[in-house]
Amino acid sequence: MVSTSSTSHEDVYAGSSETRDARADRVFTVSGQDWDEIASGLKDENDGDGGDAYERIVVNMGPQHPSTHGVLRLILELEGETVTEARCGIGYLHTGIEKNMEYRSWVQGTTFCTRMDYLSPFFNEMTYALGVERLLGIEDGPDGVPEKAQVMRVLLMELNRISSHLVCIATGGMEIGALTVMTIGFRERELVLDLFELITGLRMNHAFIRPGGVAQDLPVGALEEIRGFVALMKKRLPEYAALCNANPIFKARLEGVGHLDLEGCLALGLTGPVLRSTGYPWDLRKTSPYSGYETYDFDVQTWDTSDSYGRFRVRLNEMWESLKIIEQAADRLARMEGEPVMIADKKIAWPSQLAIGSDGMGNSLDHIRTIMGESMEALIHHFKLVTEGFRVPPGQAYVPVESPRGELGAHVVSDGGTRPFRAHFRDPSFNNLQAMGVMSEGSMIADVIVAIASIDPVMGGVDR
Amino acid sequence: MTDEKKVDGPAEAVEQPAVEQSPENVPAPTGEVRKIGERHGMFGVTGTGDTSGYGGLVAPVVYPAATERPYGGWFDIVADGLDPLIESVVIHRGEITFHIAPDNLVAAAKLLRDDPSLRFELCAGVSGVHYPGDTGRELHAVYSFLSMTYNRRIRVEVSVPDADPHLPSLCGVYPAVDWHEREAFDMFGLVFDGHPALTRILMPDDWPGHPQRKDYPLGGIPVEYKGGTIPPPDQRRSYS
Amino acid sequence: MGLEEKLPSGVLLTTVEGVAGYFRKASFWPATFGLACCAIEMMTSGGPKYDLARFGMEVFRASPRQADLMIVAGRVSQKMAPVLRQIYDQMAEPKWVLAMGVCASSGGMFNNYAIVQGVDHVVPVDMYLPGCPPRPEMLIDAILKLHDKVKATPLGPNRLAQIRELEAEGLAALPTSDMKGLLR
Repeated sequence: MVSTSSTSHEDVYAGSSETRDARADRVFTVSGQDWDEIASGLKDENDGDGGDAYERIVVNMGPQHPSTHGVLRLILELEGETVTEARCGIGYLHTGIEKNMEYRSWVQGTTFCTRMDYLSPFFNEMTYALGVERLLGIEDGPDGVPEKAQVMRVLLMELNRISSHLVCIATGGMEIGALTVMTIGFRERELVLDLFELITGLRMNHAFIRPGGVAQDLPVGALEEIRGFVALMKKRLPEYAALCNANPIFKARLEGVGHLDLEGCLALGLTGPVLRSTGYPWDLRKTSPYSGYETYDFDVQTWDTSDSYGRFRVRLNEMWESLKIIEQAADRLARMEGEPVMIADKKIAWPSQLAIGSDGMGNSLDHIRTIMGESMEALIHHFKLVTEGFRVPPGQAYVPVESPRGELGAHVVSDGGTRPFRAHFRDPSFNNLQAMGVMSEGSMIADVIVAIASIDPVMGGVDR
Repeated sequence: MTDEKKVDGPAEAVEQPAVEQSPENVPAPTGEVRKIGERHGMFGVTGTGDTSGYGGLVAPVVYPAATERPYGGWFDIVADGLDPLIESVVIHRGEITFHIAPDNLVAAAKLLRDDPSLRFELCAGVSGVHYPGDTGRELHAVYSFLSMTYNRRIRVEVSVPDADPHLPSLCGVYPAVDWHEREAFDMFGLVFDGHPALTRILMPDDWPGHPQRKDYPLGGIPVEYKGGTIPPPDQRRSYS
Repeated sequence: MGLEEKLPSGVLLTTVEGVAGYFRKASFWPATFGLACCAIEMMTSGGPKYDLARFGMEVFRASPRQADLMIVAGRVSQKMAPVLRQIYDQMAEPKWVLAMGVCASSGGMFNNYAIVQGVDHVVPVDMYLPGCPPRPEMLIDAILKLHDKVKATPLGPNRLAQIRELEAEGLAALPTSDMKGLLR
């Protein structure tokens, strides 16, 4: 399984055109083996001068490497342990979700797009739902999405921001060897997932935010759970600060690593914590508020070091801001008991009335009794909306939201049909990953890992 | 987000009568709509033995028509800045779309980035859309630009025919579109001339075809279960 | 019966197969093969709340050469399939594969051009785990079921005989497409 091929055999991975000078048309494909043996083997072939051992060394890292944050493939050219050139290979998780959405109704689209960036499902659903709502013209106003649905969306998104940032910090910590950060990160994330499960019924991939509102009302006791969670998080979050903020090892690994200043961020289209770590307070929740974010009291967190440590601190501080928003949203929800969570327009609103039955969540028996026994029209209506779905007027919309990783937007195109004509997601991970080369060229291999962890790409979002 | 701030733009945007432009560039006046496709029947799939008579329905697919001046608010400022390069302008649901000819794209992008009255610092990306019914301009590349200075967002749409899917790359102006252009090439076959390394990005290198075009099948397999076979979603009888 | 009666107390007799199976299942090292959403749930299973360490499995090995079990956690794309196969080939025998989640098991909702419709097209699968994504409890349950299977795996000629038997059974089995009857 060790193959040290030289000139004699042709290498399929590197055509002869790749290397040009007389003696260098040899490519060594190595997987495993001891480095000394390889190097000494080279010496023999080169009459003892060790020549080619000092040539370009290109190392493939991934797509199955525990430190590359998913199925990301890094192509690194090394000189010693210094990275002289770095490129990404992506597409190993390309799922064709955008194409699949074109064959499902507009509402079913949420079920697909929630699986794109699997660490921030609510944001995927949100930007898609906002795009569809803009095309339908039901974004706001008395006939639009009801107030309670908007507050619930904000609540869920901010909870999601916390869980996403926790995973970012956890996996980032794991990748640099801080396993304790990983275990406590996943411990806190479980708390958020328990809340998600209580509210939506699922731990991940919720498909809860639908065009027109949200799938169902808050369950009984959810607000108490949320308040308990906020109180607990206020005790737990300082642990991260105590563990990391001034930890000399942690700082030594992160400070000054993955540097990208404001000009670089804008040229490469980076948004989110990476942009805010340069000190520029750009946050779509403030600059183009959606879902009523302008009515919440929170601050945009920035840092001024433009490095991985700054991004870590921005994320940590953003979790505190999210807690603030969650508290405000919970207070509002407490005053909104019994209000509708789906648009009043029965031509758009998903007709089912969900309830917990003996076999889990499903259509409530009362609702089934009504449509099956009393109202033929309601049954027809239910059937048409569920099988055919509603039609969306032709046009295109792009309503970005501030996801935990930056600007996430869905370019939604309708041709007036019951299915999306095209839904393209501008995922921040996809865009931000372009900066990997700029951030890591000239640094050590270990710093590449830190730089990538500070971008926090989620490959489900990158490849979609 | 109607930012009414008056900015020093190019003193007088050169007024250019429509006749000076090539005929196909004359913007459609408001009210006149362009049909770019047809919808047949009630269901997306034919040959299902639908005898209801609805299968014969033909409805045009009509997209929002071009808008005429004044556009209102800051839309006019941006339109003034880009004026000679614009093919037509569509305002729909509060979002402005500038249709620009492929030849003018780089000039427009440079203007958008550098003009002090425009200052679109960020290009959020390219999204390919394939309209098989839009004869002569089947492939659209849709750019989203964001001006952080003025907090404005516009959309620029470039259309090219299927037979000659070439348009200039914006990589030199906005390096951010590097991967986005590769994705549009991979998925739609749009060729961005001048891109430093226009290769497939998501699909394997040897993949035939461009999967997200409308003439590329979804590629699913029939699902079998105990004698029952369900065709993949694109071959099922379904609404459209 | 002879031998048992002559043994001193505290000595237990068993078969080599039994001991090997017991030890194999008791130190089962999974390879990290996280792909998508399921990978997060897999990591959660190794985390503090669900704690795979209870079953001697907290050591997720990054190197396939040190692993016994490949948990294919997530959707396998056409581009990833050759990589997956290479990782599988690099694992030392005996090895097992657990298809975690519906995408790895059958392609699931992504019945399209990009996704391999079930990882069993690429590698042999020993355990299928449904769910999208499966809860950590479900993963642990699947792993425990796999433990039982591993423990009962015969050795040497017995194993070869078992493989032949399973192969014959598989060849004789009615294909799903020919099955008739209710969809259940």
